[in-house]
Amino acid sequence: MNAPVNPGVQAGHAAWIRGRVVALSHARRTPHLGSSLSCVDLLTAAYWGGLRLDPAQPDDPGRDRLILSKGHAAAALYAALCRRGYFPEALLETYCRPGSALQEHPGPRCAPGVEAATGSLGHGLALGCGMALAAQLREQPWRVAVILSDGECNEGTTWESALFAAAQPLGNLLALVDYNKWQATGRSNEVLALAPLREKWAAFGWDARACDGHDLEALNEVFAEPWDPAGAPRLVVCHTIKGRGVSFMEDDNNWHYRIPTADEVAAARQELGLS
Amino acid sequence: MRNAFAAELTRLAQADDRIVLLSGDIGNRLFDPFKAACPARFRNCGVAEANMIGVGAGLALSGLRPVAYTITPFLTTRCLEQIKLDVCYHAAPLVIVAVGAGLSYANLGPTHHSFEDLAILRTLPGLAIVCPADPLETAAALRAALAHPGPVYLRLGKKGEPAVYEAPPDFAIGRAITLREGADGVILCCGTLMPNALAAAELLAGRGLAVGVINMHTVKPLDTDCLGRVFADARWVVTLEEHGLIGGFGGAVAEWLADQVPYPARLLRCGIPDRFIHEAGDQTYARQKAGLDPAGLAERIEAFSRAVAARETA
Repeated sequence: MNAPVNPGVQAGHAAWIRGRVVALSHARRTPHLGSSLSCVDLLTAAYWGGLRLDPAQPDDPGRDRLILSKGHAAAALYAALCRRGYFPEALLETYCRPGSALQEHPGPRCAPGVEAATGSLGHGLALGCGMALAAQLREQPWRVAVILSDGECNEGTTWESALFAAAQPLGNLLALVDYNKWQATGRSNEVLALAPLREKWAAFGWDARACDGHDLEALNEVFAEPWDPAGAPRLVVCHTIKGRGVSFMEDDNNWHYRIPTADEVAAARQELGLS
Repeated sequence: MRNAFAAELTRLAQADDRIVLLSGDIGNRLFDPFKAACPARFRNCGVAEANMIGVGAGLALSGLRPVAYTITPFLTTRCLEQIKLDVCYHAAPLVIVAVGAGLSYANLGPTHHSFEDLAILRTLPGLAIVCPADPLETAAALRAALAHPGPVYLRLGKKGEPAVYEAPPDFAIGRAITLREGADGVILCCGTLMPNALAAAELLAGRGLAVGVINMHTVKPLDTDCLGRVFADARWVVTLEEHGLIGGFGGAVAEWLADQVPYPARLLRCGIPDRFIHEAGDQTYARQKAGLDPAGLAERIEAFSRAVAARETA
């Protein structure tokens, strides 16, 4: 069920997703653009090769699960699922229109491929723990991936889940932190004492790694690495850049809330090679 | 009640391998038989109740039938957002079993009291709320909860509750049980104060009043058919619960009564409907969908006015 892994092809999907995310933010005046752009490569690696899934069978009990715990990046999730073939562009185009199932934060099974409702931070990892434990109890080979934000590592519940996953242990759980170094109003290492982040997770009993969160080959390796359900849960600190892919948005936290103008959308699309 | 719960859950889990028990680091020895019978399906989640609820939701969304158990305040007010979002928003069939509700732990002080759990949890769409009266009803309620398609909150006492039933009651979530008939008035009781309700009715009989007692074990959904009959027939109605007066079972009945026509309490309530909003839209749009825009409000108020007038001229 895995899609073939080809970083060149993946990069094309990632650029398409970024282009849609920027355009939708402009069209619906929805924020969280920088946060959406920073996790696009994580989503791309997961949906194109990283996870065992079939867009034609989104409810297959044996599928791998992906939970976007940083639900404010929903636009990136919707665009990735659309590009992957879970639903047509016509549905993506309804994003945040009155009456659409696609709200600013994903609802429960609001579209094919959406595994969990998120948006309040610090919930996705616990849900992922439950799903991973279910796979173990049912002796099923599927795996659960959870994408967290660095701001989300402020939440106490994230660390409750970290303790739980290591105690079980949930070796079929993979957590990816989209470490873009910003949260809503400040540097994530200054708002709270987040660093050293990888070492914190390692101290909590996780097999904790780090990688470049925009290097698709490195991300592909994260997913391809053998895993043991009875082993320690795995966490990868993915070093990312908020607003990645659009030069004038990169590492500028104004884009946590700013809405791009039509000219900025056009400039972004050009940079992404979409025009 | 907790012993009846543990024994019944152990029995059920041996017949259904989807049942998983999550404990918040309590129940020392209580669950030894469960652990012996189904070792893999008992997980001590530690003193981390919010995570336990999220884990329970994840299990429920993966086809299992989890039960999450700990002391009432730590399982309810402490993890309200997890119950709201992870469980109810997802309609995840988790059975949340709170032990020591109301005054059960009166001696431990307010940290262990729960007079607000019903009021708070009653606001969550899709959550069934059941308060058994005694050990036999606890077992029956657990069976019903595990067969229920959505999430259930089971509110238990502690231990040593006197028996109300001599045999397992004919139990269904949302269906009240008449324990005693009486033409003068009715006590609607929910939970472990049931013996007191029955005793009070007996005392009143001695003073010439025929008082009925109805076991309304389910606070949500309310048995409104039963309420309709009771308020049509009885001269007066009492609600009785081991919960604060604001927003609990009595509050639920009062809310129901306030919306009835032609009952004397003629109050129309308007507000956000009891459901999550599954669609995008701004405030103006959402208000209109909920009937809270000027036109929607005017239509409802006019209809209510007509109904009241019809009652007055009848």
